[in-house]
Amino acid sequence: MADHDETLPDAPEYATSNVEISDDDEPLDLSRENNAKIIMLGSATDDDSCASFQFENEDHTLGNALRWIIMKNPQVEFCGYSIPHPSETKMNMRIQTYGEITAKDALIKGLADLRDLCDVVTDKFVTERERFMSEKGRQS
Amino acid sequence: MAPSKEELERRRIVGVELERVSNVTSTDFPGHYPGEDHSWDLNDFKKRFKIDIHRANDLHYEFDLIGVDASVANAFRRILISEVPTLAIETVFVHNNTSIVQDEVLAQRLGLVPLRGDKKGFQQLRWRKKSPDEPTAEATDFNTVVMTLKVACTRNHATPATETDPSKLYFNSSVYARDLKFAPQGRQSSWFSGAGEIRPVNPDILLAKLRPGQEIDLEIHCVLGIGQDHAKFSPVATASYRLLPSIKIKQPITGGDAQKFVNCFPKGVAEIQKDKKTGEDTAVVVNPRKDTVSREVLRHDEFKGKVELGRIRDHFIFSIESTGMYNSDELFLQAVQILKKKCTDFQEKLMEC
Repeated sequence: MADHDETLPDAPEYATSNVEISDDDEPLDLSRENNAKIIMLGSATDDDSCASFQFENEDHTLGNALRWIIMKNPQVEFCGYSIPHPSETKMNMRIQTYGEITAKDALIKGLADLRDLCDVVTDKFVTERERFMSEKGRQS
Repeated sequence: MAPSKEELERRRIVGVELERVSNVTSTDFPGHYPGEDHSWDLNDFKKRFKIDIHRANDLHYEFDLIGVDASVANAFRRILISEVPTLAIETVFVHNNTSIVQDEVLAQRLGLVPLRGDKKGFQQLRWRKKSPDEPTAEATDFNTVVMTLKVACTRNHATPATETDPSKLYFNSSVYARDLKFAPQGRQSSWFSGAGEIRPVNPDILLAKLRPGQEIDLEIHCVLGIGQDHAKFSPVATASYRLLPSIKIKQPITGGDAQKFVNCFPKGVAEIQKDKKTGEDTAVVVNPRKDTVSREVLRHDEFKGKVELGRIRDHFIFSIESTGMYNSDELFLQAVQILKKKCTDFQEKLMEC
């Protein structure tokens, strides 16, 4: 079986040599990079009141929170999500409205509402932390 | 028509019975109760949502999140565990390793060592893509932190012949995390300088043991990653929540039963007080927070129908233990920001198409 032996390749040069320094002083702001991927799956009705969406690289984290907030919308008749296969990083979400708004609008509103919720949580946490720290400081 | 006070209280509690749970799912949706609204209202949420901090150490935060649904609390918990980026050892180049710990075992141990450094410096760091086609796959000072580990064990000739302790007989008989030395590349020397140097959170982690003549010489590359990819990138030791327990006494429990009732719970949950009217010893619940909801009280016939156990549906006792790269409170705020970014990103993409 000696014929099948392979010599391991050397480590790539960048791994052993000193890393190069770019002249660009501004750091690339990758936190603003938007890698989100979403597609609309076939709609069953002509008026767009029902639709399924496929989110890529998302799971129960966004799925369940988004389902909850979309179900809070009185114009939405049904909202549910599923992860069709555990080894594919895809999350499907089904939205059906009563017809006043389109399913896409309901999804956009849900995302906006969830964002507002996050802002409230951040504000409350920051003020509460300050209050707790100042009280703790007074005690000691 | 507004629901009665009793009805609201009933909806707020998840029942814990002897062999079953009751009233489990959330019902706060429009259309569930006739004549009630329940639609999303930001101002109403602002009024009802509360945070109550109980413990605030750098590495351990405990606080109550009151007035959110389980799906939202769970999103924060899941993001804390698997989506907040941290720095960890990813690649180990072994120049020499004559210790009895095999290369791959040593590399695995190194990967799990939590690192810390200047927090502002970490903001400069970027992802390093794994695919060789990506332009960011190449190591630069923006995406790779280099450390070295170079330790050789030698004999200490100054010890008496009767000495048996290896730590006195030899120099460097044990290799600890503190032996990892940061080798700043490019601008990293200004981002991570002095006390902000990249170093292990805990310097006393034992990595390997050596004997005279053995040595370890490694070059180590650390990159940013998330817990979803590998647990070593998870910024928390634990991030968890539990619902606040509720114990309701329906009929007075007095006399000898009162002591038995108190003994059914962990210390500090219930106590015996003199009833103001009758002067009798009566059991009262003083701190349900300390309860473990063991349901011991439901096993005894004398308390049948007298006590109801449950948990409060929207009262989450959140606990975050950090591994040390960020403080626990910073981690929670980052988790909220990550959920917000997901929303903004998808909203943007939907607006485009």
